[in-house]
Amino acid sequence: MEPLVTLKGNTGVLPRVNIDTDQIIPKQFLKRVERTGFGQFLFFDWRFNADGSDNENFELNQPHAKDASILIADHNFGCGSSREHAPWALNDYGFRVVIAPSFADIFYNNCFKNGILPIRLPEDEVYALMEKGRDAIYELTVDLENQKITDDGGFETSFEIDPYLKGMLLNGWDEISLTLQYENEIESYEKEVQA
Amino acid sequence: MKPKTIIEKIWDHHTVKSEADRPDLMYIDLHMVHEVTSPQAFEGLRLAGRKVRRPDLTFATMDHNVPTKNRESITDLVAKKQMETLSTNCEEFGVEIADINSPNNGIVHVIGPELGLTQPGKTIVCGDSHTSTHGAFGALAFGIGTSEVEHVLATQSLWQSRPKTMEVRVNGRLAEGITAKDIILAIISKFGVDFGTGHVMEYTGEAIKGLTMEERMTICNMSIEAGARAGLISPDQVTVDYLKGRRNVPEGEAFEEKVSEWMSFATDKDATYDSVVEIDAAEIEPMVTWGTNPAQGVSVHGQVPSPEDAMSGPERKAIEQSLEYMGLEPGTKITDIEVEHVFIGSCTNSRISDLREAAAVAKGQKVADGVRAMVVPGSMSVKKMAEQEGLDDIFRAAGFDWREAGCSMCLSMNPDFVPEGERCASTSNRNFEGRQGKGARTHLVSPAMAAAAAVNGKFADVRDLERSPVS
Ligand code: SF4
Repeated sequence: MEPLVTLKGNTGVLPRVNIDTDQIIPKQFLKRVERTGFGQFLFFDWRFNADGSDNENFELNQPHAKDASILIADHNFGCGSSREHAPWALNDYGFRVVIAPSFADIFYNNCFKNGILPIRLPEDEVYALMEKGRDAIYELTVDLENQKITDDGGFETSFEIDPYLKGMLLNGWDEISLTLQYENEIESYEKEVQA
Repeated sequence: MKPKTIIEKIWDHHTVKSEADRPDLMYIDLHMVHEVTSPQAFEGLRLAGRKVRRPDLTFATMDHNVPTKNRESITDLVAKKQMETLSTNCEEFGVEIADINSPNNGIVHVIGPELGLTQPGKTIVCGDSHTSTHGAFGALAFGIGTSEVEHVLATQSLWQSRPKTMEVRVNGRLAEGITAKDIILAIISKFGVDFGTGHVMEYTGEAIKGLTMEERMTICNMSIEAGARAGLISPDQVTVDYLKGRRNVPEGEAFEEKVSEWMSFATDKDATYDSVVEIDAAEIEPMVTWGTNPAQGVSVHGQVPSPEDAMSGPERKAIEQSLEYMGLEPGTKITDIEVEHVFIGSCTNSRISDLREAAAVAKGQKVADGVRAMVVPGSMSVKKMAEQEGLDDIFRAAGFDWREAGCSMCLSMNPDFVPEGERCASTSNRNFEGRQGKGARTHLVSPAMAAAAAVNGKFADVRDLERSPVS
């Protein structure tokens, strides 16, 4: 997995609550047997008109948000289905950071396995960032090492993150290799408990 | 010793490694696999030259993609490939599979309990958020992503941070004719779609203890719709009676031993939780959702709310979005909403008791003009049982379509879907935008209420209709 240390990038704003994984990637696109190529289907039902053209009204289709790599959304982002296709699609589209006041648990976990940093910020801070990014290009710098977010206009805030999950992203660890270092423990657990 | 909840007991029993500043390494007792969230995981194993550590603790089925009629000739080639990929993967890695031709085939959360794989005190995972269903047996069961599927295949373990515990207590007794689906929809409507975030919930109280296993599964199934990591119910005699004699459950003396092991996981008297919510069973009425998340539900005697009723800005916005998508006006009486489709099925409500309840309403009646209604059993064995009881004849005579087992119209990854702008009374668990098809409008209800909507053409309180018990 690609490590994520700092990222400076444009923001895309989706001021909606309860954005579920069915919206992030609708089920008709879950039939692929690869991990890649899902970005083209991200937010499909919102992003495209019935005839396949871009829906101009959709926030991420607006010119100022075109190359966004930081997504800002409202409460309970990523709720619903556990499909990891959701972070795959976000990543493949170009998002590496998602900022929201709250996330659904499974989605939050899935992000870390796929090089995406989900950041919880207080609601008023999220809404203030949304204001700035809603109609104009608005860049943020996310510094994972120091757990800080800044912009060029002097804004600065910090965020909380579990140290283990932070380490995973910073180092781009493959979790399975990490776990296999504990193979002896797993084996003795099996012997003791399942005997 | 400090009294413990079932959640803490299962957790402590399964911790392989616990260190400061990182999640615990948890052992997984049962891993259920299906076709949609597993291909990339098996591919990962192959690329890294790894094996499945415990094929004997792994079980696969195909359910999401499978057509519910004409199964011999699958026309969706991408779906077909995904199913074939699962079969090949299972063969290569030595995992047992209930494929489309197996008499055990069915929705993963329906067959686990049927086969006795689901047992109290186990840790159970599956690449599917409704894995919480298995919690009905007093197992700690939760959905995982595909990377975690790969992780469990390779190591039979998972890194998990310790959850907070929550008691969801349903006090008192249910009124006549109220079902498990109404209970869980009422709970989520009352407390919201994310009140369970970060928590594992235990459902307790007199009303819960009085439920059958199948009803308990309906409740636990929808824990995820409250944002919870998992939901469970402490095992009791009802649990033991259900499991006795099932495949994968030991017999004779070994069974007695198992039972005492299972019971030891039940929550201790006086154990405390990080938080508690309560609801009075007597206040629960037949529920119907009107919006695009499962918390947007009211009693069948209620009406569609107005954005003006919202308590907060985000809630107001959510109501507006939902009304627009659903094509509903504030103040519309629920009983005035007409439906074009009725779907009885899904891992929430496709077990034999669900079908019996729906059949009791359908018996001797006719599906209303302009309504397309279908019944999709949760597994091939549910289907067989229903046919032995003659339920299929009751449904067909009433004008319902009777199908093969599968997820079907719950998520419409298969040929079954609701056309754009049309309305469906559905016994499934999600009324999200587009869930049953692009632009489809879903109203979540119990099986009896779905059957009532089918014969009435509009939502109706099933308690006001004639019912003919079928068994
Ligand atoms: S029936 Fe629906 S919710 Fe259940 S496993 Fe299938 S798709 Fe998921």
